[in-house]
Amino acid sequence: MLGKLSWSDIPFDVPILVGTFAGAAIAGLAVFGLITYYGKWGYLWKEWLTSVDHKRLGVMYIVLALVALFRGFADAIMMRSQLALAYAGNPGYLPPHHYDQIFSAHGTIMIFFMAMAFMTGLMNVIVPLQIGARDVAFPFLNSLSFWMTTVSFVLINISLFIGEFSQCGWLAYPPLSETQFSPGVGVDYYIWAVQLSGVGTLLTGVNFFTTIVKMRAPGMTYMKMPVFTWTIFCTTVLIMVAFPILTVALGLLGLDRYLGMHFFTNDGGGNQMLYLSVIWAWGHPEVYILVLPAFGAFSEITQTFSRKPLFGYNTMVYATCSIMVLSLVVWVHHFFTMGAGPNVNAFFGIMTMIIAIPTGVKIFNWLFTMYKGRVEFHATMYWVIGFMITFSIGGMTGVMLAIPAADFVLHNSLFVIAHFHNVIIGGVYFGYVAAMNFWFPKAFGFKLNEAWGKRAFWFWFIGFYFAFMPLYVLGFMGMTRRMNHYDNPDWYPWMLVAVFGAVLIACGIVCQLTQLYVSIRDRNLAENRDLTGDPWNARTLEWSTSSPPPFYNFAVVPTVHDLDAFAHDKEAGIDTRAAGSVYQPIHMPKNTSAGFFVGAFSLVLGFAAIWYIWWLAALGLIGVIATVIARSSNNDVDYYVPVSEVARIENEHTRNLMAAQAAE
Amino acid sequence: MAHDMTADAAHAHDEHHESPVVFGFWLYLMTDCLIFGTLFAVFAVMRNQFAGGPTGKEIFELSGVGIETAILLVSSITYGFGMISAHQNKVSTMRMWLAVTFLLGLGFLFMEIREFSHMVAEGNGPDRSAFLSAFFTLVGTHGLHVTCGLLWMAVVMVQSMGKTVLSERMMNKLTCLSLFWHFLDIVWICVFTFVYLMSVI
Amino acid sequence: MKKKILPRLSNLLCLSSAFLLAGCDWDTLNPKGVIGIQEKSLILTATYAMLLVVVPVIVLTLLFAWQYRQSNTNAEYLPKWSHSNKIEVVIWVVPSLIILFLAVLTYQTCISLDPYRPIDEEANVKPIHVDVVALDWKWLFVYPDEGIATVNQMAFPVNTPVEFRITSDSVMNSFFIPQLGSMVYAMAGMQTQLHLSSNDVGNYAGESANFSGRGFSDMRFRALAMSNDDYAAWVQKVKASSEQLDSSNYPKLAAPSEANPVEYFSHAEPGLFDGIVAKYNNGMVMDKSTGKMMHVQSAMSDMNMKE
Repeated sequence: MLGKLSWSDIPFDVPILVGTFAGAAIAGLAVFGLITYYGKWGYLWKEWLTSVDHKRLGVMYIVLALVALFRGFADAIMMRSQLALAYAGNPGYLPPHHYDQIFSAHGTIMIFFMAMAFMTGLMNVIVPLQIGARDVAFPFLNSLSFWMTTVSFVLINISLFIGEFSQCGWLAYPPLSETQFSPGVGVDYYIWAVQLSGVGTLLTGVNFFTTIVKMRAPGMTYMKMPVFTWTIFCTTVLIMVAFPILTVALGLLGLDRYLGMHFFTNDGGGNQMLYLSVIWAWGHPEVYILVLPAFGAFSEITQTFSRKPLFGYNTMVYATCSIMVLSLVVWVHHFFTMGAGPNVNAFFGIMTMIIAIPTGVKIFNWLFTMYKGRVEFHATMYWVIGFMITFSIGGMTGVMLAIPAADFVLHNSLFVIAHFHNVIIGGVYFGYVAAMNFWFPKAFGFKLNEAWGKRAFWFWFIGFYFAFMPLYVLGFMGMTRRMNHYDNPDWYPWMLVAVFGAVLIACGIVCQLTQLYVSIRDRNLAENRDLTGDPWNARTLEWSTSSPPPFYNFAVVPTVHDLDAFAHDKEAGIDTRAAGSVYQPIHMPKNTSAGFFVGAFSLVLGFAAIWYIWWLAALGLIGVIATVIARSSNNDVDYYVPVSEVARIENEHTRNLMAAQAAE
Repeated sequence: MAHDMTADAAHAHDEHHESPVVFGFWLYLMTDCLIFGTLFAVFAVMRNQFAGGPTGKEIFELSGVGIETAILLVSSITYGFGMISAHQNKVSTMRMWLAVTFLLGLGFLFMEIREFSHMVAEGNGPDRSAFLSAFFTLVGTHGLHVTCGLLWMAVVMVQSMGKTVLSERMMNKLTCLSLFWHFLDIVWICVFTFVYLMSVI
Repeated sequence: MKKKILPRLSNLLCLSSAFLLAGCDWDTLNPKGVIGIQEKSLILTATYAMLLVVVPVIVLTLLFAWQYRQSNTNAEYLPKWSHSNKIEVVIWVVPSLIILFLAVLTYQTCISLDPYRPIDEEANVKPIHVDVVALDWKWLFVYPDEGIATVNQMAFPVNTPVEFRITSDSVMNSFFIPQLGSMVYAMAGMQTQLHLSSNDVGNYAGESANFSGRGFSDMRFRALAMSNDDYAAWVQKVKASSEQLDSSNYPKLAAPSEANPVEYFSHAEPGLFDGIVAKYNNGMVMDKSTGKMMHVQSAMSDMNMKE
């Protein structure tokens, strides 16, 4: 009846997990109680959970990303503290069974649910506004993508309290991840969670590529597209190319586990090297899927706060596109030590290095954007400058790893860990946080507190160096990743430095939370409100509408005359809002709960399949199909916003604008 | 009613006349194409990994596969006739052609399942060798797509009941399904060539 | 306690000057074999080359940000300036030249440091052969020339090339002796190759560099580089062991164990290694001299190894 599931799968014997569960349950109940007390369930359901508005979905994605950040960081600090203790005979407090789950979960969560969700959230909030569109091409699919991502994250967290998570690292290399060596449900949790979120990501890729191709405002040719949109454009291409490959890789691993097939097993003709090739054919583009949008955000921020246009826009676009193409032909650099011939290794090594050229060009472009500008040291610029310094170092160590003969001694060592945290924290995370600080007033109508933003930066920046520079050293000392304990006395002091860095980063996260709290508390203060919709005197279209934008984004679809459309209009004295003009009824999609239900049934399907509860899995699958059919049969999916409603909303914004001008 | 009129009037002024649905579906098909491409690559790696089990030559029966191929090709043509009727707004003729396509698809699926069950019954299931794993996965993935296509076709037929005019949304669905169905045909031709013919030669 | 930590604090200084001094006692920057020494110099050369760009970028970032800060109204301000062919040429060409240099270096070292390439032998020095099997969670070393086997300890004469054949009878591992240089994966059903040597007598740490499950952290061994006489004595010591390794007790050894102690086997059944490879390979094994797949001798096929 319940498949493999029994009481013994609930880890009552692990105090950390019981405590975590109690904490999560109390927090959950508190949130539940508060929503009930304030009678907000209806509002939450109608305005958010069933919303197809890209801005709200974007905000929900970012909330999800922040929750995932806490979970992933909790894993991180447990690993660091374990290694600060487990020296010279001391086993530490995390036995391998637990520790191996933690590092597997840390990687999986940080990539798929922190970084990917954060990136998808940013693209949701910003891209349609930036290209002058009223929504994305497929609003319902957008909601569906969000729910698929969310339920996958829920599934991963269920593994904390029911059963176990994968103990095979974030990419679950076979044959270790095969049934023979990992008979538990951990790898199945991993496969289902990543597979379901992959569906969401793939749909997002299709959705935003279509949106950018088909729905740009009139006059916005490709070479007049804002750089952030360009980077998202390239990212969606990479998503569409890479994620199907991930689907196949994990699908085949799942078939090995569920149906006893022999793709990657030791016996039966299986080939573990094939898995490495396939998973990294996704895995390396994935890195650029994450980092390109961060590059886009840095570009927008640097030009805005340097008070001049981006240096070398064309170069930036070409560099982005060449990175996109090159990222598809470098995946073998993740396994130079597999024994491929010198020619194969040399080819992939050199291809990898070539990516450093366009990336280096981008950094120079940001440099020369600041050159002869008026750099305002806004909190977001701290992240930009911190990024440029940190990422240069990360790029350098990346090229070192790209040289096969150097990789032969550095591969799988803590040097690699230091390198990719160097680019993912210093590049991706800094970029997303900067973007969040930059576009927050657009989404909510008030600014984030700057003082706390700067404090968060300093803790993260310094914390990063303390936490990861020691790992470079440990890599040179020959310490490999994923070790649970060690007895080499030379490693120990470096581990202490690293855990200190992790504590600093924890302070950084606390500062970010405080920043959110203080900003929400003080949101009505005059200096924090954004009445104009253009708090930074920025250059692109999203700033031409109100903050937060009306649900239809633009009452009159803007016409684009030049790159940096809004800056051009401001200089030319064009009233971008065409205030007072005759409005047309606006065609908008209706909210729908279908995405939520497809997600919920997918969760049931995934959970049941993990535990071999086949009747429940069948129910989940039928639920998914029935919901999709019901949605397809429903013809009441859109409506027209009447002119009177548009005029009312626009007039209110006009009054705000005039009040703001009067105040100046 | 009045509301509909204003909506239509407004529609004429809408910036985006062309629905992005078909373009988006094309993109989806390209990603699906990559899934098949990867599975073909995996099959290519595994094609000689018999692990002491049977080779393709020993277990494939080309005559049955030939009939399957013919059925699927004909079903593409009948779907094409259905689309012609749809464009002429002959809804019931369209449904008739879709029904024919549906039955042909069902026939294809039936033959495929029969082939699979024979092989499994003889002990040559997907767990026998890496070659058979790759074979069952590639051909089975195609079969799963055909199943989805049939389900979709049934839904479209039911949704078009009692309609005399096909709405834009309905036409989009038919066009997408048409792309999907022809796409599966193309994939099958690759399967037939690379999996069956080349294993037997 | 204090005494112990203080000298190590000096290591902290190495961090900042790591690439300049390139000294310290960090394993891979303190190599003892020809392969490792070349790899160290490769890492340093590449780092110096890249610092040519990285240092200016960091300096210019800070300099520009400060020079053109909002409050510095004396600085030139060009609110429209966003393009310069000269600068663009420089920022494309300079990184390209550095990468070109590194690409040539990469290609050369890919060939000269290919793990499969035998180390150039000095006259009168015959390489020794060691077959390595990664097991859950220990390393088995078979010396086909001597007919002996050991667990978690290997010895070899100094200044002598060692030719490794590596496989796994479990999950994927990576065979790595940091102070000697390159690592190579150990995978079931496949045999990878590695060539190392040591210029100095020493006792080096060896480990698995690819996560392999529960007992991974203790999957360590010592690699002992000895003088010829000491090595001969070591072989005799192993040969004096009462334990022997053959198809009947191999499964017991291969069964998962953690923090396995060093073990010596005075006799190892010939063909043991080939049999382990062939087990996952339909009875086929690669002939090293021809590079072709051939059937392992039937003598091995009745080895009833764990399945």
